[in-house]
Amino acid sequence: MKFTLSWLREHLDFTASLDEILSALNTIGLEVESVENPADSLRGFRVAKILEAHRHPDADRLQVCVVAAGGDYEKVQVVCGAPNARTGLHVIFAPPGTYIPGSDITIKAGKIRGQESGGMLCSLRELGLGAESDGIAELPETVVLGQAYADYAKLDDPVIDISITPNRGDALSVRGIARDLAAYGIGHLKPWLVETVEGRFPSPISWNIQYETACPFIAGRLVRGVKNGPSPDWLRQRLESIGLKPISALVDITNFLTFDLGRPLHVFDAAKISGTSLSLTRAARETFRALDGRDLVLGTDDLVIVDQAGVQSLAGLIGGESTGVSDETCDVFIEAALFDPVRIALTGRRLAVHTDARQRFERGIDPALVLSGLEAATRLILSLCGGEASEVTTAGNLPDWHREAWLRFERLESLGGAQIESDEAVRILEHLGFEVKERDDARACFAVPSWRNDVAMGVMLDQAPHLDPDQARTAASSVHAIEAENDLIEEVLRVHGLDLIPPQALPQKTAIAGPALTPAQKRLGELRRLCAMRGLVETVGFSFVSHEDALLFGGAPEGLRLLNPIASDLNQMRPTPLVNLVRAWQRNAARGFADAALFEIGPSFHADGQKLVLAGLRGGETPRRPGARAQARTLWDAKADLMAALDALKLPAEALSITTDAPGYYHPGRSGVVRQGPKMALGCFGELHPRVTRAMGIDGTLVVFEIWLDAVPLPKVKRRQAPSLSAFQPISRDFAFIVAPGVEAQAVLKAARGAERALITDVSLFDVYEGAPLEAGHRSLGIEVTLQPVKASLTDEEIDAVSEKIIAAVAKATGATLRR
Amino acid sequence: MGDDLEALRSETLEALAQAQDHAAWDAIRVGVLGKSGRLTRLLKELGKMSPEERKERGQALNRLRDALNTAVEQRGQEIAEAALESRLKSEQVDVTLPAPATPLGLVHPISRTIEEMTAIFGAMGFSVAEGPDIESQWHNFSALNTPDHHPARTEHDTFYLPATHEDAPARVLRTQTSGVQIRTMLTQEPPIRIIAPGRTYRADHDATHSPMFHQCEGLVIDKGITLGHLKGCLIEFLRVFFDKPNLPVRFRASYFPFTEPSMEVDIGWSRQTGEIGGGTDWLEVLGSGMVHPRVLANCGLDPAIWQGFAFGMGIERLTMLKNGIPDLRSFYESDLRWLRHYGFSSLSSASLAEGV
Repeated sequence: MKFTLSWLREHLDFTASLDEILSALNTIGLEVESVENPADSLRGFRVAKILEAHRHPDADRLQVCVVAAGGDYEKVQVVCGAPNARTGLHVIFAPPGTYIPGSDITIKAGKIRGQESGGMLCSLRELGLGAESDGIAELPETVVLGQAYADYAKLDDPVIDISITPNRGDALSVRGIARDLAAYGIGHLKPWLVETVEGRFPSPISWNIQYETACPFIAGRLVRGVKNGPSPDWLRQRLESIGLKPISALVDITNFLTFDLGRPLHVFDAAKISGTSLSLTRAARETFRALDGRDLVLGTDDLVIVDQAGVQSLAGLIGGESTGVSDETCDVFIEAALFDPVRIALTGRRLAVHTDARQRFERGIDPALVLSGLEAATRLILSLCGGEASEVTTAGNLPDWHREAWLRFERLESLGGAQIESDEAVRILEHLGFEVKERDDARACFAVPSWRNDVAMGVMLDQAPHLDPDQARTAASSVHAIEAENDLIEEVLRVHGLDLIPPQALPQKTAIAGPALTPAQKRLGELRRLCAMRGLVETVGFSFVSHEDALLFGGAPEGLRLLNPIASDLNQMRPTPLVNLVRAWQRNAARGFADAALFEIGPSFHADGQKLVLAGLRGGETPRRPGARAQARTLWDAKADLMAALDALKLPAEALSITTDAPGYYHPGRSGVVRQGPKMALGCFGELHPRVTRAMGIDGTLVVFEIWLDAVPLPKVKRRQAPSLSAFQPISRDFAFIVAPGVEAQAVLKAARGAERALITDVSLFDVYEGAPLEAGHRSLGIEVTLQPVKASLTDEEIDAVSEKIIAAVAKATGATLRR
Repeated sequence: MGDDLEALRSETLEALAQAQDHAAWDAIRVGVLGKSGRLTRLLKELGKMSPEERKERGQALNRLRDALNTAVEQRGQEIAEAALESRLKSEQVDVTLPAPATPLGLVHPISRTIEEMTAIFGAMGFSVAEGPDIESQWHNFSALNTPDHHPARTEHDTFYLPATHEDAPARVLRTQTSGVQIRTMLTQEPPIRIIAPGRTYRADHDATHSPMFHQCEGLVIDKGITLGHLKGCLIEFLRVFFDKPNLPVRFRASYFPFTEPSMEVDIGWSRQTGEIGGGTDWLEVLGSGMVHPRVLANCGLDPAIWQGFAFGMGIERLTMLKNGIPDLRSFYESDLRWLRHYGFSSLSSASLAEGV
């Protein structure tokens, strides 16, 4: 909402400075978006007169002028190329040093074709004010020479743009803003009264409401014998000052009142209306050509104004082309209506009609202004266009807008935290137009002014469906009174100034608060730090990726495809953060960082819901250094990251098993799923499938891992036993087992580990051998078993006995034989 | 001392002096002082002598043994020392060779900020709540007093996903984490004190908007919670977060469908230098307000009993301000150069004890 200081003065008597006004607007909730003074870019331009103009001796198209511009510029010679420069003309003069906004240059004194030129005579385009023109601006003879052009043209008038929140339809008018400022203490609101225009004849056009829920009340009248044409300067200037284009007096009047009073109006050319009745009705499924030339496809919920020929206006949003006024308009029919804000909002949004009328109707306009707004429009039309007004014709009933709201004064403190005297609260509300109906020491009842559609309105609830019915009813029954009271408190506080409310510390149940995170949340931080310690850099990727990438990673269900994506590569909820990591690796590799190691903790999306995933990726090679050549990353790097993370989650490797059924985007022979028990899959590691990397345009191997964090159980909270710290030295024995093809190392390790639980504390694999003299496909697995004696050192016999148990257990579980 | 002893002494000392390594030295030691060494043999012969002879000869032998022991020990140490010296010399390396690098990774600035927010609000008794990114329209809008036609709803450029079944409205990618507040009020008896940091989505992509970003919302529901508490809580947060005990904080009346009164919160800064707390300009950082009675009632809470406040802030925005990060989009580009510049060490913890 834009307005100028001079326009504000029409409604508000004030002496406050611009800065005070801006600060007040911000405080009371009318946030200042920008302030601009057109005069700022017109510094230097002066009103001048050409005393003499001669043809330039060396250039046919140039003239040498002697200019008087007051002050230091009594007689300045200026070379000018404009065809209309002539003796006696009043012009705009830019002395040297003046910045010309339209041409983006600064004027310097100099010579043009040998003739001194001490400045420039300007067109409005050069001032950034008008369109292309053939010559310099011609000013009337009444000007004062030497006056700043901005002052002469009344452009020294700051334009303030404020953003209006959805609840404040009343502030979409200069008068509404003036009222708020007056309540805050900036000046006094001037009275606004409009005298009724006596109708001379019955209106030949009448209203007929057939869609009451969308239009409860509408008024109109005809003014006949008008002369439409350009508006007078004051009106054109008002509109131009806030960036509106003047069109014709009749249209300009409706635009002016839209901004001045917040009262949108529409004018029809009565001669173009077929029949004598305009109906407010549901649209058929039809197309309507709006004033802006767009063809709008209407639906049966949309409210339209029709005559015998068809739709003439999309009510409250935009008028029609066929009945618009023009310079030939002789009889004009004025519409002033009350429309249902919800109807206007829904239609306006669906059809993407963004008009000043919609902005006001969807926030709700002042019902008391229907008739007085119509009178104001009539007066302006009569005074600017002449003519004769009919009687007012109406249809429907003006809804009763009178409402009351109670304020318990103590609530200013118990809700608002503010110590405000009740007199002050009442004063503020009265300034805003609320009237005291009743008052005692504890509370007061106020009548809500007609323009405040946001205070003490009917309550719309949308309660959760599964609430206990009694609980829901109790909660709902309190809302109306509390809400109306809060509406008043809000008004008092915003005008009083929220900054004056003393801050208070939140009361704490205990001086030191308990943990903010649940155990499941806390471990995310631990994992994040662990990954970073292991050299992985954390990234944050978008939750949506391209449909094609999602397909590569096994999941692009239609139910997770955005209906209105912002870009075609951001149209599918990602099946795993790996998609983002791979793409991120690719971008980094292109910049020379193929050794990027990345991770992300974030959501993945699936037909059965959202999961939290830790995903990591390593690419490129290990760094070269003396004695060590660069080596490609292997799946063991990914497995190490995964197992370290699971270990941090209190799941040591012994508790887990590996299966080879990783998702399809993994290399089928170089990937594994880590499971706890036979069913619970916790995570996955391995090389990406070459088909996936190839499809993404990547050469080489990427190793990745994922942990499905929701599947990882929280460790049981139990009292830990003291550790058994044996006094005896552990001993270790090596075994080499020959296993047949298909026997997995984990089976051998597991069998060895279980052979004698009381003694065996660790089993590790230190060697794998394949080749002669072993049978083809057979492998020799070298394992080291650590024995921890508890009560006494082990005798050779005891050690031999354990060894035999190990050999037997491994043989039984895997068919392996000891390599002798 | 007999000549034989003198000879043994001088021969041994001579031999020790000649010995250059441990083996030679050890041979001399064993040859003289070992079980069948020359001196040991002489000592054994004492038993065959008469008491007088034995006494005199014994004393002499003992003296010689002590002297030779000392000499052997000393020479042994000399040889060991020399050996060590020569070993050290041979072991010398170019210590300026770089050690094998084990590069550390880094924590993303967004994670860091969430951890800092958690630490600060945690100290004020808040706990962290979570909810799904894909929400029903009821959780994201309707429950929050933002019915379908509400002008505020059009201001959120919402991403839609297909409905789960026919007749149901399309699902949305949450435009705010307020749905978490709704879920909390539906499942938890007040008093409630939560923050909800998380991913949020709006269909907007330019220099200052990202289709995905992060918000941290907060909710306090209790008896007797006032706007004064809201101010106290948020001023405290901002001053600790920016580590500026005197940071100017301004509250401006505003409007949100789910709070009343509503206010936007500005902090002092310098537009010219970007310095937080410096200069005379104001910068909007938060939205907040007292929870609207309709929102309470929608969740089954009686607004005549319960009241409180809610707030919401952009995590990227605060991260950018605090760390001087110029570009919003860079947060999601995963450019290693950017991550290495703005990322945080995993060694520094976001705790109040260490300072956030």
